[in-house]
Amino acid sequence: MGNSRWPFVTAGLGLALLVWGSVWGLFYAPREVYMGDVQRIMYVHVPTAWNAMLVLTFAFACAVLSLLRGGWGWDARLEAAVEGGVVLSALLCTQGSIWARPTWGVWWDWDPRLTTTAVLLFAFAGILALRGFVDDPVKRAVWTAVAVVIAYVDVPLVYFSVRWWNSLHQLQSTPETVSRAFHWPLRINAFGVLFLMIGLVELRARLAWQRRAAESAPPLPSGVAVATGRL
Amino acid sequence: MERPGARDAGRGAGRERSRLSGFLAALRKDLLLQWRTRAQFVAVFVFGATALLLFSFAIGPDAAALRQHSAGFLWLGLLLSSTLALADSFESEVQHRALEGLLLLPADPRALYYGKALANVLQLTVLGVGLVPVIVVLYDAFTARIPALLAIIVLGAAGLSAPGTLYSAMTAQMRARNTLLPLLLFPLVVPALLAAVKSTSLLILGDPMGQLTSWVALLVAFDAVYWSLCGLVFERVVED
Repeated sequence: MGNSRWPFVTAGLGLALLVWGSVWGLFYAPREVYMGDVQRIMYVHVPTAWNAMLVLTFAFACAVLSLLRGGWGWDARLEAAVEGGVVLSALLCTQGSIWARPTWGVWWDWDPRLTTTAVLLFAFAGILALRGFVDDPVKRAVWTAVAVVIAYVDVPLVYFSVRWWNSLHQLQSTPETVSRAFHWPLRINAFGVLFLMIGLVELRARLAWQRRAAESAPPLPSGVAVATGRL
Repeated sequence: MERPGARDAGRGAGRERSRLSGFLAALRKDLLLQWRTRAQFVAVFVFGATALLLFSFAIGPDAAALRQHSAGFLWLGLLLSSTLALADSFESEVQHRALEGLLLLPADPRALYYGKALANVLQLTVLGVGLVPVIVVLYDAFTARIPALLAIIVLGAAGLSAPGTLYSAMTAQMRARNTLLPLLLFPLVVPALLAAVKSTSLLILGDPMGQLTSWVALLVAFDAVYWSLCGLVFERVVED
């Protein structure tokens, strides 16, 4: 793993875009006719949803590559992507609840997308817990990759089972399903979350890489100052 | 003169035979282990029946509501009991380091997986069938379609067993195994649980809209996906 500065630049750009899009969405975009100001949460909720799916798909790709090719790089990226996916899924459930209360009159509804996100959140949080309890780095890498593949394959099954069971959610929001006046803040925030996530996932992957390297570091020779961490 | 493909075909058939005999040996071993630890199975059954008794206190003494939710209670009882049964399935192999010995045998690791998973299906099916009279007595949830109910219990048990056996192979080698197995298994089996509950409920309460086939198809799809996938990755999970 490199140590170039591009993840900081990407995350900074993402944060700037997120601020720009959110200020536009909160203060300059027109008020929605039926839902009023509550609709403005869409500017962060929809980009969070898109990027949560994207980062979990990236985690699945890392898991497959980790199983097929091996190597610590894919394992470090896998750990970072799963954590990113868990954070975004938790944010997604929270934003959905904040939006659902004034719109549907309830904090939670057993809608397919909401329920699928909650199931994904718990499934991937469980995988992080699994990772925390395995001491052997090789087993940890293989088991995490296997668990991610198994959990990701479950996504369509969960979605369709809950869809048959119950449905209330409105159609998913895309630039085609919302008015033109709402397009720009939505797009800017989507790229904002994307860049922020790319930067943070890469930085988290570097941290995972360094931790794993420290775990399997050779024994120190006598007389080395361990407290300072310098050799 | 022998055709060039004939020898390969013969080798392939031999490999299949060896895989089948490995699978049958693993199945026999696991069934024998389960039979010898049958006192433990009785304890798991009593746990499931106690859970069914407790669910009724959550709803209250409303006979109609209890009957309406009886299928959900049955499957939740079975799911909770399954974590105890599945957690034990790799226990003896890990405790006595028998897993390493099994993996050293000239047998396909997939045969070991499928043998254990099928033994778990049989155990969970017996457990599920044993819990049915409990819901009949406690919730007045009776159905005359016994073969259909049995088929759903088998399919549901297969849905719990496929990922459950794989995760049990991981968690048996870890600390905090009793916490991690349900943590990993419960979110994963949501589609199987939902399909099993709806199918059983339609059998008990009636199916005026003809939805049973769709739910059973979903259960079959879940089983097909996880029986293939878990068998495929099992070797990576147990390799040292």
